[in-house]
Amino acid sequence: MKIMPCPLNGPRNISEFVYGGEVTPLPSVESAPDKAWAEHTFYAYNGTGVAREWWYHTPSGYWFVAERHRVSDEILRTYDPSELPSDESTPDGETC
Amino acid sequence: MPFALLKYGLNNDYPFEKDADLPAPTALKRRYDVVIIGGGGHGVATAYYLAKYHGITNVAVLEKGYLGGGNTARNTAVIRSNYLTSDGVRFYSESVKLFQELSNEFNFNIMYSKRGQLTLAHTDSAIRGFRQRTEVNKHFGGKTELIDPQQIRELVPTLNMNPGHQPVLGGLWHMDGATARHDAVAWGYAKGATQRGVELHQLTEVTDVIVDDASGTVTGVKVKQGSAEQIIECGCAVQAVAGHSSLLAEKAGFRLPIVSYPLQAMVTQPVKPFLNPLVSSPAFHCYVQQTGRGELVFGGGSDPYPLYNTRSSLELKEQLLAHAVELFPFMANLKLMRQWAGLTDMTSDYSPIMGLSPVKNYYLDAGWGTWGFKSTPICGKTMAELVASGGKVPDLIKPFGVERFSEFRQVNEMGATAASH
Repeated sequence: MKIMPCPLNGPRNISEFVYGGEVTPLPSVESAPDKAWAEHTFYAYNGTGVAREWWYHTPSGYWFVAERHRVSDEILRTYDPSELPSDESTPDGETC
Repeated sequence: MPFALLKYGLNNDYPFEKDADLPAPTALKRRYDVVIIGGGGHGVATAYYLAKYHGITNVAVLEKGYLGGGNTARNTAVIRSNYLTSDGVRFYSESVKLFQELSNEFNFNIMYSKRGQLTLAHTDSAIRGFRQRTEVNKHFGGKTELIDPQQIRELVPTLNMNPGHQPVLGGLWHMDGATARHDAVAWGYAKGATQRGVELHQLTEVTDVIVDDASGTVTGVKVKQGSAEQIIECGCAVQAVAGHSSLLAEKAGFRLPIVSYPLQAMVTQPVKPFLNPLVSSPAFHCYVQQTGRGELVFGGGSDPYPLYNTRSSLELKEQLLAHAVELFPFMANLKLMRQWAGLTDMTSDYSPIMGLSPVKNYYLDAGWGTWGFKSTPICGKTMAELVASGGKVPDLIKPFGVERFSEFRQVNEMGATAASH
């Protein structure tokens, strides 16, 4: 079984976790046009580099962030969302 | 006989090469009217219909691996049209009709076998969904019925009607459901296309798409054969590369609302024929069918998270097989023979992306997720119409344009996939 290093619970089987999509900044609820919402909702990173993703540990109800390589499936880093950098750029400087 | 064999062994002139299904490879020309990127079922079907119905034969199909070696070889060969939306049902029904005639049309056996497809309902809400799908299907001329547990027992006597805590309450019986030899479909189209003058170039990778910045029009592609790179000019280009759609689109300079997930499937040792219909259970994330050779093919949903990798994972195998064994308990005694994975280019509404792209004369055939094989013929036919008309989108594929994602006009087929994802 593949192991996910959970920042809260330590290493656990990946079947205990749910993938929650790419970490992207939310468009402004007040001013963002429809196109920006469409972009946010439907256009996710689908490249071959490292992606920053939301993951959820089902038994403990805990959301966190994982940086995972989209080809090798290697999980490079996991951390609590409070540690997210404020500029929200993706790893490798890739624009998603 | 041994002497005859020896004679051919010492002779350069092999008799069977004259009747080879595909012509020997030739050098790439400098320019083609149409370049089709991706030599899977969709790519060669598009080339075939371009040549057959539109007389366009200055066409190159460029394939980085070998003919039909990607998802065409990796799907579970289900043909059906029992979808949910009218747009979807209209489209897939045409495909089912074309499949029925393909062997005759190609003069090449694609081993089309009409078996019927049975989808199981384990909840009241599934029954309500099936009722709707039945009516939509009938409206468009499909043969689909809602059937009760007794009818299911008669169709599939080996099915466990009371698996776990989810008894089988009813089923969607789709009589048009069928299967075919997936490789043969690609071979048949390739044979028909190359006989009409289309060039198929295998081991030819497209490394870049050249777009004229001023007009935003595609002018050519950069290709790599071995270590040699060259530029080929084209009048227009079609991309049909399934799981790698996003990566190719990026080379052409735009993004697609697609995320690529692996999908794992597997096949058991062969046993006596006992299972005629294709059986699927969305609640159990599982579908099962018996091939003409007697093997049982299992497939399920895509992997739970995106990845460009066709590795095998124990957690998915465990989950899928546990469900299969609940439906058919005696299968626990069977041994698995092979497993594999394909890369599914999933869209959020479970419908394809076909038609125009942000680049002029560059046409899209993408977002085929887990529904690509069954649409091969109609996809080829409509893409050929699109290319031949210079970009006039045929009515049948109008709903599937990429612009639907920015206009919030999705074609929601999520409830109608064989296994929910």
